[in-house]
Amino acid sequence: MEAIFGILISALLTQNFILVKFYGICPFMGVSKKIDTALGMGLAVTFVMALASAACYGINLILIALNLEYMQTVVFILAIASIVQVVEMFLKKSVPALYKALGVFLPLITTNCAVLGVVLVNVQQGYNFLLSTINGAAGGLGFTLAIVLFASIRERVNRSECPECFKGFPIALIAAGLLALSFMGFSGLSIF
Amino acid sequence: MNFKRQFREGLLTKNPVTVQLLGMCSTLAITTSLFNGIGMGLAVTAILTCSNILIAALRNFIPSQIRIAAYITIIAGFVTVVDLLLKAFIPALSQSLGVFIPLIVVNCIILGRAEGFASKNTVLASAVDGICQGIGYTLALVIMCVIRELLGSGTFGGGLLNGGEGIRLIPSQFPAMQMVMPVGGFLTLGFVIAGSQWLMKHLDIKNKKKEAAK
Repeated sequence: MEAIFGILISALLTQNFILVKFYGICPFMGVSKKIDTALGMGLAVTFVMALASAACYGINLILIALNLEYMQTVVFILAIASIVQVVEMFLKKSVPALYKALGVFLPLITTNCAVLGVVLVNVQQGYNFLLSTINGAAGGLGFTLAIVLFASIRERVNRSECPECFKGFPIALIAAGLLALSFMGFSGLSIF
Repeated sequence: MNFKRQFREGLLTKNPVTVQLLGMCSTLAITTSLFNGIGMGLAVTAILTCSNILIAALRNFIPSQIRIAAYITIIAGFVTVVDLLLKAFIPALSQSLGVFIPLIVVNCIILGRAEGFASKNTVLASAVDGICQGIGYTLALVIMCVIRELLGSGTFGGGLLNGGEGIRLIPSQFPAMQMVMPVGGFLTLGFVIAGSQWLMKHLDIKNKKKEAAK
């Protein structure tokens, strides 16, 4: 129980996937122009991360049994790509509204380093099946929290004035820096 | 192909980090010492060049429906090779970059160049493109490292010079630790991109003035 709580707190706040560990910066910058799309992306990533963590735990057992641990990176990324593909087909068939809302962002989840990152961290930390899945889901929720917060800040930043050469991306990065600074405040919560 | 133009594009006008805004994760995460920056830059350059060459060579054989999966498999293969080589020969670098070495697989620079360049151009041009973009990436990393290391730890060349400690430029009680922490990553990258935008605008105005004078 204690381990589960520790993983939840650290993935959400103290070791937030985006703002502290820097996994998944590309979608964080790319899909954070509007709160709705940011939320949709966050939830889709959470789902894929939990699923990928669970699946890759099993796959890793097979790799270890076959003495093929050095193939981890290749096999994991292929597994993630197929999971994303399956999720895409499933959503298209049964939840077309969500599928339309996510649009082009769905296939891009494959190249989100948060997904491969969480799978590799699970393996490195030697988490069991339950902890791996929880770490995946909690990491995804941390991603969602950060991207939604950032999207709401960015909507305001885009309307305010700033020096010419800071327009667009640089000022957004500086806003992200300040958000990361506030997340540093959580480091006192550290349980580990 | 115009190699000089490719070089210029990789370094400044189409720099993967400051203009195309690709590969942000590693740029932000590992730029805390010069050693990390150069190591990561060279690893990515090697993988990018190899995967560009192979993908350009196979560009007429890979069916377009499954090209992304094929590219990722090729890239993951090269990443695994580099990962194992680093573990065997430069364990210190492998240790300090940690999970960000296998994460090169999902570095958008490599997939982006595969899809945007190598899949449409000859092997030679793709190899040059890989090297130029790689150098541009390394340059951006090194600039980030130098700034963050100087302001955050007060040293230059950490991990490389002076027996790994780096040359101390600012007495140890002054540097702001925050600069080597996540906050500093975001802030430094923001300023570096702003700087490159300013520089390019400046060069543009200069070029226009030159043309007007003619």
